[in-house]
Amino acid sequence: MAADTTLDSLPDLLADLDRPTIESSDLRTEEMLVNMGPQHPSTHGVLRLVLRTDGEMVLEAVPHIGYLHRCAEKIGENLQPYQFVPKTDRMDYLAAMNNNHVFALAVEKLAGIAVPERAKYIRIIMAELNRIASHLVSFGTYGLDMGAFTPFLYAFREREYILDLFEAACGARLTYSYITIGGVTFDLPEGFVDRCREFLDYFEPKIDEYNRLLSYNHIFTKRTANVGVIRAEDAIRWGLTGPCLRGSGVKWDLRKCLPYDIYDRFTFDVPVGLPPGGEPPVPPGMPKARVPPGVVVGDAWNRYFVRVIEMYWSVQIIRQALDQLPSGDYRTKVPRNVKLPEASVYLEGENPRGQLGFLVVGDGNPIPYRVKARGPSFCNLSITTHVCRNCLLADVPAIIGSIDVVLGEVDR
Amino acid sequence: MTPEEIARLLQDTFPDAITDVAMGTPQPYVVVAAVRWPQVAYFLRDDPRLGFNMLRCLSGVDRPAKNELEAVYDLIAMRPADAGPDAYWLAASVFAVVVRVDRARPRIPSVAGVWPAADWHEREAYDLFGIVFEGHPDSVEDHDGLHPRRILCPDDWAGYPLRKDYLFPIEYHGIPGTTEYEMPNPVH
Amino acid sequence: MADVRAEDILKPRWDPALKGRAQRVLAVLGAASAIVAVAGWFIAVNVLNGHPAAVLFLCIAPALTALLLAAGIAAIAFAGPIGRLLSALAAPIFFGGVAGLIVLVWVYGMATSFVDGLIATTAPAAPHGATVFGGPLTTQVILDALPHPVHCPVVSWLLWPLQFGPVRDVMGLIGVIGFVSLFAMFAIWWERKVAGRIQSRLGPMRVGGWHGWAQSLADGIKLIGKEDLIPAGADRPLFRLAPYLAFVPALCAFVALPFGAYWVVRNLDVALIFVLAMVGVEVIGVILGGWASNNKWSLYGAMREACQMVSYEIPMGMTLLIPIMTVGTLNLVQIGEAQRDGWISWLAFRNPFLFVAMFAYFIASLASCKRAPFDLPEAESELVAGFMTEYSGFRWCLFFFAEYAAMFVVSALATTLFLGAWHSPLPAAWGKALAGGNWLAKGLHGLLFSGPLWFIFKSIFLVYVQMWVRWTLPRIRIDQVLYACVQVLLPLAMVALLGNTFWELLVARGSVLAGLANVILSLIGAVLVLGFVVIMVYGRMNRRRLVGTLAVDHLPGA
Repeated sequence: MAADTTLDSLPDLLADLDRPTIESSDLRTEEMLVNMGPQHPSTHGVLRLVLRTDGEMVLEAVPHIGYLHRCAEKIGENLQPYQFVPKTDRMDYLAAMNNNHVFALAVEKLAGIAVPERAKYIRIIMAELNRIASHLVSFGTYGLDMGAFTPFLYAFREREYILDLFEAACGARLTYSYITIGGVTFDLPEGFVDRCREFLDYFEPKIDEYNRLLSYNHIFTKRTANVGVIRAEDAIRWGLTGPCLRGSGVKWDLRKCLPYDIYDRFTFDVPVGLPPGGEPPVPPGMPKARVPPGVVVGDAWNRYFVRVIEMYWSVQIIRQALDQLPSGDYRTKVPRNVKLPEASVYLEGENPRGQLGFLVVGDGNPIPYRVKARGPSFCNLSITTHVCRNCLLADVPAIIGSIDVVLGEVDR
Repeated sequence: MTPEEIARLLQDTFPDAITDVAMGTPQPYVVVAAVRWPQVAYFLRDDPRLGFNMLRCLSGVDRPAKNELEAVYDLIAMRPADAGPDAYWLAASVFAVVVRVDRARPRIPSVAGVWPAADWHEREAYDLFGIVFEGHPDSVEDHDGLHPRRILCPDDWAGYPLRKDYLFPIEYHGIPGTTEYEMPNPVH
Repeated sequence: MADVRAEDILKPRWDPALKGRAQRVLAVLGAASAIVAVAGWFIAVNVLNGHPAAVLFLCIAPALTALLLAAGIAAIAFAGPIGRLLSALAAPIFFGGVAGLIVLVWVYGMATSFVDGLIATTAPAAPHGATVFGGPLTTQVILDALPHPVHCPVVSWLLWPLQFGPVRDVMGLIGVIGFVSLFAMFAIWWERKVAGRIQSRLGPMRVGGWHGWAQSLADGIKLIGKEDLIPAGADRPLFRLAPYLAFVPALCAFVALPFGAYWVVRNLDVALIFVLAMVGVEVIGVILGGWASNNKWSLYGAMREACQMVSYEIPMGMTLLIPIMTVGTLNLVQIGEAQRDGWISWLAFRNPFLFVAMFAYFIASLASCKRAPFDLPEAESELVAGFMTEYSGFRWCLFFFAEYAAMFVVSALATTLFLGAWHSPLPAAWGKALAGGNWLAKGLHGLLFSGPLWFIFKSIFLVYVQMWVRWTLPRIRIDQVLYACVQVLLPLAMVALLGNTFWELLVARGSVLAGLANVILSLIGAVLVLGFVVIMVYGRMNRRRLVGTLAVDHLPGA
């Protein structure tokens, strides 16, 4: 309804301000309503979780989001696509290259814009480097949530190299706006390929180090194994994608099942959650990975480990892309006011956190009629209430950390 | 199954529910009547030929020119490969369904019982467009009637921000909401 | 903004009005003290016949006060130049001060032993410190007994109060408080450096110059200057009380800890029980802090803490009983003396049950100090800061100090009961020649064979192991903590206790089996320590290769 209300005409809604589904009157005497967030060290952003607890046992957890809502979709109806690309950076700010990539692909599919080969390879390299960087953050902060302070710093030390590479390519360390409509904004600088290879050679053995430091650590395994178990059917029905879905044993990856861009030209494997004793696929030449006892398919440990193994395969993809990198244009010349046809397109890409989808509806103008961003963390987070039942208070950060939420794309 | 085959199957099974078909576009879809939508949804999910088990996205679109609000449901059918547990799952089909409702009284039955993923998506569609999803599991009752609880805006927010005629409130609990020159929706 | 000059912001000065008023107040007080000193001199000499106590209180103390106040006036008058001088000389002053303290402590030790000797020879029948100010020694007796280099009345005046028990107790307490404060400041800095090095970075580097040695000082000054915040709805008296209830018992525990054979404030016969009791009282401070904060998260921290500390008291006490049983006394000094024959005689290596008990005690003590992996009560990533969430400024500082003091206390207990107390790995008997010599030889003996420095060094090493474990391992959940306590540590402690009982009953003290066990365990212990040293040296020498040249050349601090 049109809102031409003044303060006087609003009914007394202060009493209902953000009324939680858990009413205080619902509580029994021994229960407590605890507020975790919006500012909290382990909620990975401004997420508010209202927990109904009985001592250390969490009976119910209700997430409240919207604290980082920045009206991206409304702005999308006022900007041309190439102007909207920086907005996509800020949705999942840890995987900005991937966001740009998916949005650019969606608009190019709608408008029928062709992208030169070199640009496609550069996009893949950047997207996979960002996947490594994002998984490093997720791995490090998950360790931090569990009380292991050191892997966080090792992960960020490695990430510094990736950010240096990005800074060399486009000048920014976090929000790049590098992959844009028609290609990429700048060509790769001189020496980028060599530095990238140097980094990959340095980084690949580190993943085994992280496994020995954190993944197989007995205490870490006891904190995360059999915690927050999500069955495969539930994962699919609740719309989970990415490592959350793969951790439940579903071998589904958009890069393999519905290949977009040029992912079908690369050889790589995709890890899934496995029971104890299982060996996730690791590239040849690397030490074998193994699943410790106590772990269950679909638990927090498996979701976390899928991300760690994915880093191995991203390294392989980048190596192949660097080897196959052709010369040529890095961007098609797209005219300033390209009219989008009167149609809609929905395109999804495999982001580090799941499948990011953009629905772009055109109406014949250069500015889209509607831009809808389907954030993977939005769907992944919706399972929280279903999973955090009758778990311990210490398990809540374990579950949220394993789902790996970034509030930027939950709220947009 | 190709989108054409799916559309034909739906038209054969629910001749009165499918009001329109659009196949030549980058996003092929059928238009389903709101009243019959849950039945069609269950059919889409449970029929062995279709098997759409994941709701990828639910987007609202405001069409004031036609006095309509649209809800676009993007579906995908994922199933394990026959070759065994080590093989990648197959994307059997990709499809979209559009449900159009009147802008003055937009009501669509909720499909949160069919795909629990719709839970939060429907809350967002209500929050930003005002489409009331009847039977939503997280509904609240207030002066606007029974509707899904808002998700991104505060629970007592007035108005539906993504509508084309939305005016930003002058004030929210004492916080001024207008931009320059007191215009809630300035055009530069 | 025109009337704010850059210099005002960059170099704040005292408000001149305030300066003048402070100087005037000090001048008045100084003059009063001087008058009291002069009058006191006349009264003491003429009315009270020069009684030393009277001279001390009526003359010397006021005179010293007057001098101090005069110095204060000078400091205020010349604050600028003095400040610049201090900041230039900060490092030498600090380290010189620490060295000076060590020298002072050593001198105090010699002075007290000298006074004790005099009391023993001149008034053996008078119980030590029986009367308050009418003690057996007069300044004349002391003066006569002083050796040549220090033969002067001032020294005899300074030594005269040391014959009284209360004075010694006060000096001991000052020493304890000083040591705890210095250790806490050192430990905070060191923890940050150790954490940095484990995390492939440097830690504090700026404050004070050399590797940020003044970081703790700066933090302390900042914390004292913070706003005194008590949350609305908090229980004010309990909120104020809680940090002291946590800090003071940790200090009290030091009263019974023997830093050396005669370096103990109170040689209690039930010293171990006393120390354990003090460590237990700390729990009340934590629980009160969590309750009084009016914050659900603090409450969680407090409840977890209560659970954890109380349950781990049991394995802690049980494992501590084992060396008690071997030596046969609760007196920590006697237990230390039982380990004076070098590495082999250390209780940890006497029999396998004691060896296991040492590790079990170490784990239980980690839990009782709330250190990772048992740091749930202050789990940052879940409870913001646990029971310390609402504490800021000096109150938080006290909790923090209490934690480091408790770490030292439990490490000191482990050192005393398992690792040879204040003795070096070399048998004290080898230094017998030194022990009987002059003051220099005695000092060397203390340094090499048997002295407080060894005690402190071993305790600090155990504290370092605690820090090492903290920055390596993740945190354990509360149900797993209790599981570990009741289902793992407790049975282990019981088995060790039973085993040690049977060992003591059945295996004779000098038998072959005992000797064999002793030698084997000593070798294992030596291998562990040497292995640690070797790995540390190897890592340091090969740090470029282990981290990766990319990290070392490209990023700082690897």
